[in-house]
Amino acid sequence: MRELALHILDIAENSVKANAKLVTVEILVDDNLLTIRISDDGKGMSEEFLTRVTDPFTTTRTTRKVGMGIPLLKQAAETGGGTFDIKSQVGVGTVVTTTFQLDDIDRMPLGDIAETATTLLYPNCDFKWIYKVGDREFVFDTREVKEELEGIPIDSPEIIAFLKSMLKENIESINGGIII
Amino acid sequence: MKSIADIKAIREKMQAQIISRDNESEANEIRVVVGMATCGIAAGARPVFNEFVDQVANRGIKHVKVTRTGCIGMCKLEPIVEVFVPGQEKVTYVHVDAEKAKKILDQHVLGGKICTEYLVGDEA
Repeated sequence: MRELALHILDIAENSVKANAKLVTVEILVDDNLLTIRISDDGKGMSEEFLTRVTDPFTTTRTTRKVGMGIPLLKQAAETGGGTFDIKSQVGVGTVVTTTFQLDDIDRMPLGDIAETATTLLYPNCDFKWIYKVGDREFVFDTREVKEELEGIPIDSPEIIAFLKSMLKENIESINGGIII
Repeated sequence: MKSIADIKAIREKMQAQIISRDNESEANEIRVVVGMATCGIAAGARPVFNEFVDQVANRGIKHVKVTRTGCIGMCKLEPIVEVFVPGQEKVTYVHVDAEKAKKILDQHVLGGKICTEYLVGDEA
């Protein structure tokens, strides 16, 4: 992966596949600490599965025996001077929390969050994005968008294009000229 | 700054278009499917997916649906794009990037001519 936004896309796809109704993605920048937390209300994992989920030879797929998403994110966090944590409970959901040192030379850039968010627009799964840099905060909730849409699919190309430009504007304004 | 309230105008425009669409359009829909598992994403599937979506949105193309799929087991050939034209065999493109995506859309999806240079070659 070239940017953390791609890891977010990959991990959030797991939440969608776990039949989550709501996925919350928090991107929090506080001084030198970047925290990325992805929480879902999907089907969760058993304790036994959780103990081996960071092993690349663990997967829920039946066609192949490798699953690289979680191990790659863990590696990215640890390489970037940060931490990786995953908590899960069957029937409740899963929370993946990673931290990074902003000034660590090996930390991956955050990348294009707007494009990741608009690649994750599903008619039957909602996303809440909380993007916070210092005390400036931007919240994007697909449930609010769907209310405005009155039945038009949120993954229609016209809607995706509009939301992407809206998110780009808001994220740039929160960033205040810095590249994270 | 744009906000969710701006969706109203887009919605009203789209609602008018939906009413004027006939039922035949669904049967003639061409599907463009982008592989978006870990392997696809790492190889650059997100810009490919977004290029298709942007082109379809900006050019007002109505009979093309852009969707995604998981890993189909040829990770080293990602990003992979499958094109389903009704009544024809599926076409699989490999090592696609945003530029190739635009060409696939113009030449194959809209023009009906398969981009043979992006198909699975000897390397598979």
